[in-house]
Amino acid sequence: MYDITVIGAGVTGTFIARELSKYQLSVLLIDKENDVANGTTKANSAIVHAGFDATEGTLKAKLNVRGNELYEEICKELHVPFKRIGSLVIAFDKQEMETVHELFERGTKNGVPQMELLDKESVLKLENNLSEEIIGALYAKTAGIVGPWELAIALAENALENGVELLLNSPVTEIKKIVGGYCIAAGDRKIECKMIINCAGIHSDDINNLVNSASFEILPNRGEYNLFDKSVGNIVNTIVFRCPSEAGKGVVVMPTVHGNLLIGPTSEYVDSKASFDTTLEGLTSINEHTQHMLKQLSLQSVITSFTGLRAKTRTQDFIIEESKESLGFFNVAGIDSPGLTSAPAIAEYVIELVKRRIENIEIKHDFNPYRRPNIQFMELPDIEKAKLIEKDPSFGRIICRCEHITEGEIVDVIKRKAGARTLDGVKRRARPGSGRCQGGFCAPRVMEILAREQEIDITEVVKCGLDSYILTGKTK
Amino acid sequence: MLYYDIVVIGGGPAGLAAAIEARKNGVKKILIIERDRELGGILQQCIHNGFGLHIFKEELTGPEYAERFIKELITMGIEYKLDTMALEVSDNKVITAMNSTDGILHIQAKAIILAMGCRERTRGAIRIPGTRPAGVLTAGTAQRFVNMEGYMVGKRIVILGSGDIGLIMARRLTLEGADVLAVAELMPYSGGLTRNIVQCLEDYNIPLYLNHTVVNIEGHDRVEAVTIAQVDNKLKSIKGTEKRFECDTLLLSVGLIPENELSKSAGIELDNVTGGPIVNESMETSVEGIFACGNAVHVHDLVDWVTEESKRAGSGAAKYIQGQIESDCKSIKLKGINGVRYVVPHQIRLDNIEQPVELMMRVDNIYKDIKLIIKMNGEVIKEVKRSHVAPGEMESIKLDLSKFTPGDSDGIFIEIVKEEV
Ligand SMILES: Cc1cc2nc3c(=O)[nH]c(=O)nc-3n(C[C@H](O)[C@H](O)[C@H](O)COP(=O)(O)OP(=O)(O)OC[C@H]3O[C@@H](n4cnc5c(N)ncnc54)[C@H](O)[C@@H]3O)c2cc1C
Ligand SMILES: Cc1cc2nc3c(=O)[nH]c(=O)nc-3n(C[C@H](O)[C@H](O)[C@H](O)COP(=O)(O)OP(=O)(O)OC[C@H]3O[C@@H](n4cnc5c(N)ncnc54)[C@H](O)[C@@H]3O)c2cc1C
Repeated sequence: MYDITVIGAGVTGTFIARELSKYQLSVLLIDKENDVANGTTKANSAIVHAGFDATEGTLKAKLNVRGNELYEEICKELHVPFKRIGSLVIAFDKQEMETVHELFERGTKNGVPQMELLDKESVLKLENNLSEEIIGALYAKTAGIVGPWELAIALAENALENGVELLLNSPVTEIKKIVGGYCIAAGDRKIECKMIINCAGIHSDDINNLVNSASFEILPNRGEYNLFDKSVGNIVNTIVFRCPSEAGKGVVVMPTVHGNLLIGPTSEYVDSKASFDTTLEGLTSINEHTQHMLKQLSLQSVITSFTGLRAKTRTQDFIIEESKESLGFFNVAGIDSPGLTSAPAIAEYVIELVKRRIENIEIKHDFNPYRRPNIQFMELPDIEKAKLIEKDPSFGRIICRCEHITEGEIVDVIKRKAGARTLDGVKRRARPGSGRCQGGFCAPRVMEILAREQEIDITEVVKCGLDSYILTGKTK
Repeated sequence: MLYYDIVVIGGGPAGLAAAIEARKNGVKKILIIERDRELGGILQQCIHNGFGLHIFKEELTGPEYAERFIKELITMGIEYKLDTMALEVSDNKVITAMNSTDGILHIQAKAIILAMGCRERTRGAIRIPGTRPAGVLTAGTAQRFVNMEGYMVGKRIVILGSGDIGLIMARRLTLEGADVLAVAELMPYSGGLTRNIVQCLEDYNIPLYLNHTVVNIEGHDRVEAVTIAQVDNKLKSIKGTEKRFECDTLLLSVGLIPENELSKSAGIELDNVTGGPIVNESMETSVEGIFACGNAVHVHDLVDWVTEESKRAGSGAAKYIQGQIESDCKSIKLKGINGVRYVVPHQIRLDNIEQPVELMMRVDNIYKDIKLIIKMNGEVIKEVKRSHVAPGEMESIKLDLSKFTPGDSDGIFIEIVKEEV
């Protein structure tokens, strides 16, 4: 019997699992998908918010500011890309400037450090590609950008290094109360555990409802994005929000940690938790908002678009509590924005709840907080490159021509704990296929490597989900 | 540091022809750098007939066409490195390359010939809404899977774009037992060769929907359906004209883009229309001693023209290192106007040409019964009649300049004029 099962391997679940791995506990992390970070964690703005958005006194406000503080160190330990580049909320008229002032005051109440109100000139000095029509902005220096799936993947890997077990491809469909805990049906497995932490994202209400009465409901809310080529990645240096108003609710223009430009998101309630499609209307609307914010932006360099689903609740706050009906069943639900930012603080908070249930929880003395960084071959000095190729010739073979990723790097991300199993999994970890050609050239090669390393047939290699097969069989 | 007279980047038909021609012109130390496992470039995956009609007066397959040049190259003892990627080219002609046996290579060349070919446009570049499942891939990737690896990519297929690769794949996949349900083309005309429309679509009853585009993709893990719709003259989709196809695959054949990251690293000036370097009569780029040819300069539909053009790059580079190129001489610019999208070369230095000069160009629409007119100093210096021109088919004109004195001309202009009947 496991001490704790964490359901959902997004950034919330992986953070909690890694936090739990600091203690002498047996922990199982389950996800229905065939990789970690396949839910909302792979499709969001990737902003580590400063914390002026949430209403004072809410869990969101508290955990956002605390989460932001914790980011730097955790990303260092795990070698995850994180940059504190600051954010701007820009205003186009007096009314918007009033909102900007309100945000400043709210931020102050929430304890956000290093905020400043800027006039037009100072804003344009920071960002000379912004529209001349802006009149001022709120500047928050502590905001940052992160690689969200890199973070969840790194957390999972580190948790596994410290003894957590990971079970993928296993949708939880049933939870029964048994003596001393729970029995979970996940895929074809039955798992017994003392406690459950529900981090199932947009499905966290469904998981709750397997054992408890329906005390909350998740309302999926869609956000669509366009991602641009690196050639326009430096059009802005900070995270630039449009002032929230009727015209545009929080559209953002920002660089990503990899140097691409990201614009979005829309915000729209949808009926289905499977609405992962982008729409012409949605993409057009964010394009227009962005073009209004900037002096100019050509849509020629869009390389892809995507959708993320927010796990909204009616109360608009995070729900992080032990179920009143089931001892040892903790809901970590309604984790919409700023969920990514808050994740480190959510993990701290949850551990405190867990500690109340388990007496004398013991610390693991050999806990290792560090994770070996991914090899970034092209970043190495020539001498190091030569050494590595001599040791392992596969580092001399470039697989992704756009991003110059070598076979050695791809094999490494497959072989790691919580390693890549799919084409998208490799792409998220080592970035082949995320450049200009979007995998046109390298996909067949990466598939060969995946097949070889996992000892499976190439026709069994999938793109992302279980049924996302790529090849349909041999030719005649 | 390694030293060579000429380094050719890319071992496709362009690179092969350029290297062979440079050797014929007396250059000794030549090296071809090719990132693939074999020479031949994109030809190795084109197992259909139709290569070499102009040069060999025979219908060869892609690999057969490539083989003739590879044999010649090997007989001549020209060096090449396979599985080797050129990473950077500097304007003083140092190439950084890498492979698994030599590690990092720095090569100083006296002249460089860029022959990197082109890449395909992808889904993102054309912004199709919908989900992002498996089963959406470019026609060239599909071609590689089917022809080189021996795997099928789908059972029920819709193709967006009527470029040659898409057309050829429509036939290939049909022959492999797949159902190709439709080819949708945004423009009112196909981007491919007429012979491919007849031989690849019409002969197999595959419908071609002109003025149509894909407006939605459905399916979470794998493509489940694709919807196409008609577009108006601003290329916006028209509500109510949607047609939905249940299928598992969407192939994209929406254009090729010359591969020029290396040209950019060397600071070479590119042409916005072709996407490739601006070149002169010797196929020399804006950086002295760096030449370019083939699909890296502009996308060709026939490999024969690639070969012709690349020979010029090869002999140009040879002459350059032998000091036989005149760079301080009268030069004249060429420009396509009124229906002619571009002309290659972009510039001619009169002292360096062997008459006549071959001009290659593409038009911007389908025209019937027209004349292509070449003007200099306001005067028509040549005109050719064409009963049919199309964006999918490159036009070439031989121009003899020996009889003309360019004077203070502001350039040579090439345009389309309707034929009076
Ligand atoms: C458009 C958009 C923009 C955002 N921008 C930001 C931002 O800039 N900054 C910020 O801080 N936050 C942002 N967020 C919020 C942030 O992305 C989320 O709060 C965070 O990713 C939530 O992580 P999670 O682990 O809770 O959920 P998820 O990542 O969705 O993980 C839940 C996991 O549970 C698994 N699961 C579900 N059901 C089952 C089952 N039955 N059995 C097994 N496993 C199951 C899923 O497969 C999934 O992997 C944004 C969100 C959206 C949608
Ligand atoms: C699918 C398809 C069908 C065609 N059908 C016909 C037909 O029926 N008849 C016909 O006459 N023509 C046809 N063509 C046209 C003809 O094949 C091409 O125009 C010709 O192959 C272009 O030659 P190239 O050498 O410029 O480019 P490629 O053949 O693409 O060769 C470029 C080479 O450069 C290498 N390279 C690129 N970058 C680097 C680097 N950084 N380092 C090292 N190496 C590098 C590549 O690996 C490649 O081998 C077809 C083309 C395609 C794509």
